Amino acid sequence: MLRLLGRVVGFFGTLAGSAHAVDLPPDHAEAMLHVYDGGGVRAVGPAVLVRKSLLDKVSLTADYYVDAVSNASIDVVTQASKYSETRQQLDLGLDYAVRDSLIHLSGNKSDEPDYKAQSVGLDVSQEIFGGMTTVSLGFTEGHDDVGQKDVGFFDHADHWQYRLGVTQILTPRWLASANVEAIADEGFLGSPYRAARVFGALVPERDPRTRSSRALKLRAQGDVSDWFTGWGAGQRHVVRAEYRYYWDNWAIKAHTLEFGYSRYFGDAWMADSWLRLNHQTKALFYSDNAETETLYVSRNRQLGTFNSYGLGGRVSYLYAKVPGRYEIKLNGSLELVRFDYQDYTDIRTGKPYAFNGALLQLYLTANF
Amino acid sequence: MSRFLRLAGWAVTFGGVVGLQACAPIEPWVKPYERERLADPIMQLSRDTLAERHRDHVYTVREGARGATGVQGGGCGCN
Repeated sequence: MLRLLGRVVGFFGTLAGSAHAVDLPPDHAEAMLHVYDGGGVRAVGPAVLVRKSLLDKVSLTADYYVDAVSNASIDVVTQASKYSETRQQLDLGLDYAVRDSLIHLSGNKSDEPDYKAQSVGLDVSQEIFGGMTTVSLGFTEGHDDVGQKDVGFFDHADHWQYRLGVTQILTPRWLASANVEAIADEGFLGSPYRAARVFGALVPERDPRTRSSRALKLRAQGDVSDWFTGWGAGQRHVVRAEYRYYWDNWAIKAHTLEFGYSRYFGDAWMADSWLRLNHQTKALFYSDNAETETLYVSRNRQLGTFNSYGLGGRVSYLYAKVPGRYEIKLNGSLELVRFDYQDYTDIRTGKPYAFNGALLQLYLTANF
Repeated sequence: MSRFLRLAGWAVTFGGVVGLQACAPIEPWVKPYERERLADPIMQLSRDTLAERHRDHVYTVREGARGATGVQGGGCGCN
């Protein structure tokens, strides 16, 4: 079936006048320790990934990710009590290269005591215009079993994601990309633990059982080494800018901007830095304290009006390299985040809620 | 009206694809030997899979917006 799919994709590739074959992803391994701490939530865990090619035709990927969560968020401490749980996730992937096309099959399974999720996906990317343009299509279908502590699994949630992307080489130094994604969800889309507030009283939240989302992201990235004639001269410098616009039929709209700058320090060190800005407006049925009875009502601050900020940096060190054989890098990344809610009140103080957080990632990557 | 616009959009897209095939082929204006800088690891759009997936997960479970990031994630009851 892979060969048939490859022939179909390759046929469309011939229409675009392709001239060379695409490469499988390189053999690769990653091992990471990740930490998130913010808003009363701490999630820590390891993650590992291995990718290996077979017979130069197929590449297999497996990765395992663990989140050990200690949750004392504002929802939890004001409505219940602090709890801990562990989520485990396993992802499997298969890449198949045929002419100028790369076919990627994926499967994902996530387990936690009260929520189980599985998904399968297919992505196809095709190089055209002599490798200057890459067009990609993707589809993912997911099924979740939704449960509640002391109740068991009582409902489901299904998801469908459709992706389209184009990456274009603009000049020998600049490239740009555009990605669009449509997501449809059906089933239990809220949380059985979270309460809404109506006339000051806490009631179980009531979310719609369907949701339809769209997102469009534009990105430009370029080598600006020629701009540096004093400090940093002779090193590679790269800048990038991204903008994502999101909208859905819950009336949520979000604008996300991200700017990044990366550079080498000598042959062994690379540093990245970035700034992320996000502004979101609330869902139609979201309310901090509803003053009318409506079919749907939620006090989930994820659906409210807020600004979020991220400022981060990463340092990579080339630990060992034997050309043509292997390359090992050590990496450390720290991102500081802040969320400022405009229509979610901390009921302990009566003021709009805000919190600071941090993401820490320490990881090793190896190509071999 | 929206159904009409959707059909019109598909017609324009299909017509554009067919029309492009009828035009003189566009020659790549950046030759393969000019792409050395673009092939540098620092120019990769996606560099470290686990790190990007973790970062995308942290933001997705805390914001209402999702998608179009290039990261394929699975579900969880994290919100």
